[in-house]
Amino acid sequence: MSVPSPAPVKPVITHPLNVIVATDCGSTTTKAILIEKVGDEYRQTYRGEAPTTVEAPFEDVTRGVLNAIAEIEELSGRKILDGDRIITPCRDAKTGVDIYISTSSAGGGLQMMVTGVVQNMTGESAQRAALGAGAIVIDVLASNDGRLPHEKIERIRTMRPDMILMSGGTDGGAVTHVVEMAEYISAAEPRPRFGATFKLPLIYAGNTDAQPQVKKILGEKTALVLTDNIRPVLERENLAPARNKIHDLFLEHVMQQAPGYKKLIDMAGAPIMPTPAAVGVIMETIAKREHLNLIGVDIGGATTDVFSVFEGLFNRTVSANLGMSYSISNVLAEAGLANIMRWVPFTIDEQTLRNRIKNKMVRPTTIPQTLDELQIEHAIAREALRLALIHHKSLATALKGVQQERTISDVFEQQQSGKTLIDMLKLDLIVGSGGILSHAPRRVQSMLLMVDAYEPLGVTRLSVDSIFMMPHLGVLSTINEKAATDVFVRDCMVYLGTCVAPIGQGKDGERCADYAITFPDGRVDKGSLSFGDLRLIPLASGQKASMTVQPAKQANLGAGAGVAVTREVHGGVVGLLLDGRGRPLQLPIDHAFRVASLTRWYQAVDLYPVLSAEK
Amino acid sequence: MAHSYTPGLTVTEQAVVRRRRILSLPGSVLVTSGETVRANQAVARAELPGKVYPLNLANQLSVAPDEIHDYLIKKVGDSVQKDEILAENKPLMKWFKTEILSPITGVVESISHVTGQVLLREPPRVFELLGYVDGRIVEVIPQQGVVVETNCSLVQGIFGIGGETRGEIVMAVTSPDEELSPRRFTAAMKGKVVVGGSFISSEALARAKELGVAGVVIGGIHDKDLRALLGYDLGVAITGTEQVGFTLILTEGFGSIPMAGKTFALLSAHAGQPASISGATQIRAGVIRPEIIIPKGAGAPIAPGVSAVPEREGIRIGDQVRIIRDPLFGKLGEVASLPSDLQKIPTESEVRVMGVRFADGSTAMIPRANIELIEGA
Repeated sequence: MSVPSPAPVKPVITHPLNVIVATDCGSTTTKAILIEKVGDEYRQTYRGEAPTTVEAPFEDVTRGVLNAIAEIEELSGRKILDGDRIITPCRDAKTGVDIYISTSSAGGGLQMMVTGVVQNMTGESAQRAALGAGAIVIDVLASNDGRLPHEKIERIRTMRPDMILMSGGTDGGAVTHVVEMAEYISAAEPRPRFGATFKLPLIYAGNTDAQPQVKKILGEKTALVLTDNIRPVLERENLAPARNKIHDLFLEHVMQQAPGYKKLIDMAGAPIMPTPAAVGVIMETIAKREHLNLIGVDIGGATTDVFSVFEGLFNRTVSANLGMSYSISNVLAEAGLANIMRWVPFTIDEQTLRNRIKNKMVRPTTIPQTLDELQIEHAIAREALRLALIHHKSLATALKGVQQERTISDVFEQQQSGKTLIDMLKLDLIVGSGGILSHAPRRVQSMLLMVDAYEPLGVTRLSVDSIFMMPHLGVLSTINEKAATDVFVRDCMVYLGTCVAPIGQGKDGERCADYAITFPDGRVDKGSLSFGDLRLIPLASGQKASMTVQPAKQANLGAGAGVAVTREVHGGVVGLLLDGRGRPLQLPIDHAFRVASLTRWYQAVDLYPVLSAEK
Repeated sequence: MAHSYTPGLTVTEQAVVRRRRILSLPGSVLVTSGETVRANQAVARAELPGKVYPLNLANQLSVAPDEIHDYLIKKVGDSVQKDEILAENKPLMKWFKTEILSPITGVVESISHVTGQVLLREPPRVFELLGYVDGRIVEVIPQQGVVVETNCSLVQGIFGIGGETRGEIVMAVTSPDEELSPRRFTAAMKGKVVVGGSFISSEALARAKELGVAGVVIGGIHDKDLRALLGYDLGVAITGTEQVGFTLILTEGFGSIPMAGKTFALLSAHAGQPASISGATQIRAGVIRPEIIIPKGAGAPIAPGVSAVPEREGIRIGDQVRIIRDPLFGKLGEVASLPSDLQKIPTESEVRVMGVRFADGSTAMIPRANIELIEGA
């Protein structure tokens, strides 16, 4: 099981922080925000963006950073740049900023290879440690992964990771397999992605008894760092020391080699964090502060990161090739055309759609100009979100290989160890971030995309990052928690509303549930939801209502089939979404009927402008 | 100062291009600074370590790992021939004798007394890095490679597959909107870079492969035909290592799209001349695009005022542009206006737009993100 991600080292800042500029260097764009103290509270005031410049012809990440900050200068009238230098601290009310901070996922982020002995035990623990630290895991090698020794060596040799994490064995156990893996790595002579002349960082976090042998085999060939075993005993994971080492090595080795990062590190007043690690900090903070079970998603152009906190346990995964621009064609390859087409409320021939998707792949910065194009992108986004959650569920699990104690009551419930921790019925909040969710023309579009992709069960609240600033706030929280919290609450988190979705299936038009909503002003709205219905009931942001739902005998809202449930529901910019489409959500197979159903649902929630006009 | 960035593809009669030729492992550089090189000339050489073969002797001899030294005939660093005895046991009866033979010719790299494993390595393989373009060496990076500079005409494509190659340019069609059909291919095109117009079908791609052309440059293809050519659905646009028999470069995109007139005219003007081409595409910020480099001839004087790296400037009225998103995908025009205010488009997004005038005099407002500058104009 995962533990909370490590708290990054807090830098010492002596002067007051009243004006902060923060950037996130993404794979496509560098996004800058300005945060200013207005009275007693911090607010996000201006935003600028520019293309990321980590690769040819510029090969200097700071160029994009300076361009993005220059846009803020133009909009705010504040002088922040003095040539290629950020003016810190503030000189007067209109000159300089008190600190500059940044996150980065540019240039492919932090790419790691991990190794273990047993694939679904130490292999998975190592994978969780790397993912939790904000890495993209490019391969997991294990003694029992089915590959022959020479295939493993060939694989290690052809990959160019930024870093390797080795795990394997419990403390005091056999050393043979983990030493064997060290021999394979040594034979492959792996080389890092950046910098042909420096040694590849390698963290050993396996059986401590094997440390001397690993040191002997890999000490000369790699920049070896030894740390505590991530699986000291089968029943417990200890991921924090390995994650801390990953963060340290990321800054000390990897970032130093990436184009322009040395300059970026010098410019920043706090350590640069990998973007997913910064978003993870924010997700964990929300969950802890409000004692929630949550799923967070950041859907970008190249990758989709999924975060979850269930019963206090934090997990993060990255689906490296699921995204809305660079990786859009891979969403088509993985989901299949039929799964994408099922969300499109009109007819389009396969060849045209395939060509359009490929054209987006080769020109990733284009935007949908017509409503049809927007609907196709939304269809692809649903599938990217769905596949990334499936991936997350497979890794956010209880520990595998652990002996379970069973009592007589467990006789009929033969659960395997390693069950996923994601329980959609216990889920309180879904948080969406990333361009397609943050910049959707209508907020209801973000809400329905997440509802369709995740199929929340029972009562679930949804929110979205207003303009994509969670990474910035994640790194800000490491130096000034109040500033991060103020901006997060007031400017970042947009509550969309609550989705109420009974589990079960029924014929269209058949009764699904009766409900009664008592609004804050005492008004009571009673109604009946049929199977196949999607209904939107206004409930403003900040408002709460009491809702009693009496499901039909084949429907269940979490308390059992046909059992009534009373819950407090939260409003938002969209409102209450009553989803009678059934769970699991099954779209009609017949094309004409499916298009008619989609059109009806989209009109019911006023999803798109033309459909609104038709209505 | 930040400015509106509009990505574009360079199509220019005159450019000075520098290409870094770097070995994947440290080796030796074979040329000197200032030297003139040919595209097919080796400029650097490295010895790639041979393949590693692990053998678990402890398992094969049924002994403990720390006992294998008693059975080994070879030691670390020794050379071995294929089928030479590496280790053997010494039983009382010779029928029980077990000999472990080397599966390869190479050297014994390591022997582990913890795992009982012996690693054998094949001899290194010599890898020679070619110059890729006819030009002059302007920088030598010791042990790593060189930078070659060439005075050339340059065409960047939008997407390609296959690696670096070279061949004479041959025009297979007479206009940029003409399809490159199978019958356009002739036996004389073997080893050449064949330029088509708007589209190539899967049948014509098969014909190109059959004939053994070096490369195909075309406006567009259908995604399904690319899938058939590769044998899989390409998920991410990182290419250059495909082995489909030739290098394919798309100048416009996916679908049937006439090649930009400027591109077609430039390639036509150089028909019969040798070109270096690469299909390598890597679409990330600051992309690698496929390219066609037509050198002016080794040692040709570099035109004054021509910069080595094309400078990107803000877009201006009158610039030639290509629309790169539906509903007007592939249309070419020129910038007519650059309003600074955000405008609402049919999706309800508020974005920066630009007015584009087409050849027939009509105009349209297009999101700036959906415009590509035809650079080098």
